Amino acid sequence: MSQRILARLLAALALWGVANAALAQGLSSDVPTIDIKNGTASAIPITVVPFAFEGAGLPPDTDVAAVIGSDLNRSGQFRTLPKNDIVEYPARGSEIKFPTWNLLKQAYILVGREIENPGGGAIRVEFELFDVAKQQQLLALAITGQRTGLRDVAHQIADLAYEKITGVRGAFWTRIAYVTSTGTGNNIQYALMVADSDGFNPQTVVRSREPLLSPAWSPDGAKLAYVSFERGNSSIYIQEIATGAREAVSTRKGINGAPAFSPDGLKLALTLSFAGHPNIYVMDLASKQLTQLTKGYAIDTEPKWMPDGQSLIFTSDRSGKPQLYQISASGGAATRITFQGDYNANASIAWDGKHIAMVQGNGNVYRIAVLDRTTGDSKPISVGNLDDHPSYAPNGSMLLYTATEGYRDVLYAVSANGRVRQRLVLADGDVREPTWSPYRQRGQ
Amino acid sequence: MKLPIRVILTAVVASAALAACAGKNTKPAAPEAQAPQAAAQPENNGGKYTVDSLDSDSCLRQRVVYFDFDKSEIKPEFQAQIACHAAYLRQFPGARVTLEGNADERGTREYNLGLGERRGNAVDSALTAAGASASQLNVVSYGEERPVCKEHNEGCWQKNRRVEIVYTAKQ
Repeated sequence: MSQRILARLLAALALWGVANAALAQGLSSDVPTIDIKNGTASAIPITVVPFAFEGAGLPPDTDVAAVIGSDLNRSGQFRTLPKNDIVEYPARGSEIKFPTWNLLKQAYILVGREIENPGGGAIRVEFELFDVAKQQQLLALAITGQRTGLRDVAHQIADLAYEKITGVRGAFWTRIAYVTSTGTGNNIQYALMVADSDGFNPQTVVRSREPLLSPAWSPDGAKLAYVSFERGNSSIYIQEIATGAREAVSTRKGINGAPAFSPDGLKLALTLSFAGHPNIYVMDLASKQLTQLTKGYAIDTEPKWMPDGQSLIFTSDRSGKPQLYQISASGGAATRITFQGDYNANASIAWDGKHIAMVQGNGNVYRIAVLDRTTGDSKPISVGNLDDHPSYAPNGSMLLYTATEGYRDVLYAVSANGRVRQRLVLADGDVREPTWSPYRQRGQ
Repeated sequence: MKLPIRVILTAVVASAALAACAGKNTKPAAPEAQAPQAAAQPENNGGKYTVDSLDSDSCLRQRVVYFDFDKSEIKPEFQAQIACHAAYLRQFPGARVTLEGNADERGTREYNLGLGERRGNAVDSALTAAGASASQLNVVSYGEERPVCKEHNEGCWQKNRRVEIVYTAKQ
C-alpha cells in the first residue's frame, strides 16, 4: 500500500471515529436512536395518523402513533408515510377520505384516539386499521393503559396491525436484555440491562465491577440467567427481573457458563469444566441435579434448546475449529450441522427450528449468518468484521446482534432476510449480547 | 548493618517497577532509605530464591505467557519462565498462584472462555510437570473479557492471547 493511500485511509478512519464519538455524546442513555442503513422497495406503505386525544386533561407525553410507526419501519416490512406528508387527520374510520390516501399510494391506514377515563389515570386507546384500496376495515379494537404505560399499548397495537397484514404474530411488545460496559482500566462498570424491544425504558437488572455475560430469558419472561465474575471466577445466577431476588445456581471450579432455559422452563443447559474440560450439562432447576450431555476434551459450549425441547444445538471444536452440533436432550452422539465457513458458533434458533443464526468466521472476518436447515446452506446477513451474538425475535422476523465499530460494541437490528439493518444506540460505552425476550403475556 | 550495593539497587528497581505498573496495587514508591529494610530479612529456606526474588529476579518477574491464535501450546521461548516459576513454587510450598487465561476478541465470548481456560490449563500442566504442586495452582478463565489492548489488529490481539501468572500467596 502506498503511503498516500495509507494516509487517506487513516484520515478517513479518524473522521469516522469522530463522527461516532459525536453521535455517542449527543445522546442521553435513555433515548435510543435508530439509523436506518438500507430501505427496501418491497416494504408495504402504511400511514399511521397521529392519534386524537379526547379528554379534559393534558394529552399524554407518549406519541402513540409515532411509536407504532417506528416499530413497523424497524421490521423492514413497512414504510410509513412521513409525518410532514400527512395532510388529513382522521381519528376514526368514518372520517377517512380514501381517495386522499389512494393518491398518496398508501396500502393501509391506521387511525385512533386516546380517550381519558373520566376518573383520571387510565386511557382507553381505540384504533382502526383499513385496507385503503378495498376501503375495508381490518381491525377495530381498544386497549386500556395507564398514562405512563402508553408505549406498551402502542407496541401491542403495532403487533396486532403487523399480524393482520403479514399473517405473522408481531414481536414489538417484547423486551431485550443486554450487557453494557462503561469506563476503562480499573474503572470498568458492567450492567445487565432490560429494555423495551425498541430500546426505550431501560432498567438495570444488576451492576458489577467484574464482567457480566450471557444473559438468557426464562420462557415466561420473568427471569434472567447470566454469568457473573463477581466471585472472582465465573458463576451462574438466576434473577427475577421484577423483584431482583436472585440465586447462584452454579459456582463450581472452572467455567460456569452459557446458561439456557429449556422451553418448559424446568431445566437449565449450561457449560461446566469442573471435570477438566468444558462440557454441556443439563441442570434440573428444582433439584439442581446435573446430567452430563457431552464428553471429551474439546470445548463444548453455547448450548441452545430446539423449540421442541427434544434436542440442543451447541458449539464444539472437536473437529478442530468451532462448529455447530446437535445432540439429543437425553445425550448420546452429536451430529455436526455446519459445513460452510471456518468458524461457526453461538447459535440462535428461530421458533420454527429450521433457521439457525450464528457467528460465522472466515479468516479475520466474523459475521452473522443464517443456516437454512432445509437446504443446509448458510448466508451472511451482516456486513461488519467483528459481528457477534445473534438473537432472534420470538416471531423469527428480525434479529439483534452486535458489531464492533472503532472502540465500541454497538447494537444492530436486522430483518431475517438481511435486507434492512438499523443501528440502535442504547447507551454510552459498549452494548453487548442483545438477547430478545419471549412474547410477553398481558399483566406482565 | 551493611548491605551490598546490589541489594539496594535491586530494591530500588523493584519499587520503580511496581510503581510503573499501572495495576491495582499501585502504591507510591517507597523512599529509598526504607527500601533495603524490606529486603533485610528475606525468607531463604535453602533454595536459590528468596520471597523478594519475585520482584527482583529477571526470570520470575516475567509473569505473562503469550499464545498463537486459537492455540494453547506453550511456545519454546516461555519454557525458561515456566521453569523458574516452577522452581520458586517448589521451593515455597505455601506459595499460591492463579493462572488467568485470556483470549483475543475474535470469536464468541463463551467459546473464548473455553479457550482462555485451555491456555490456563496448559500453563498449569507445564508448571506441575516442572515440579510445582497441583494444589498451588488455580486456573481462572476470563475469555475475551479482560483485554490489555483494544485495537482490532494482530499487534494487539497477540498481547491479549495470554495467561497471567498471579501470585496470591508468596510463601
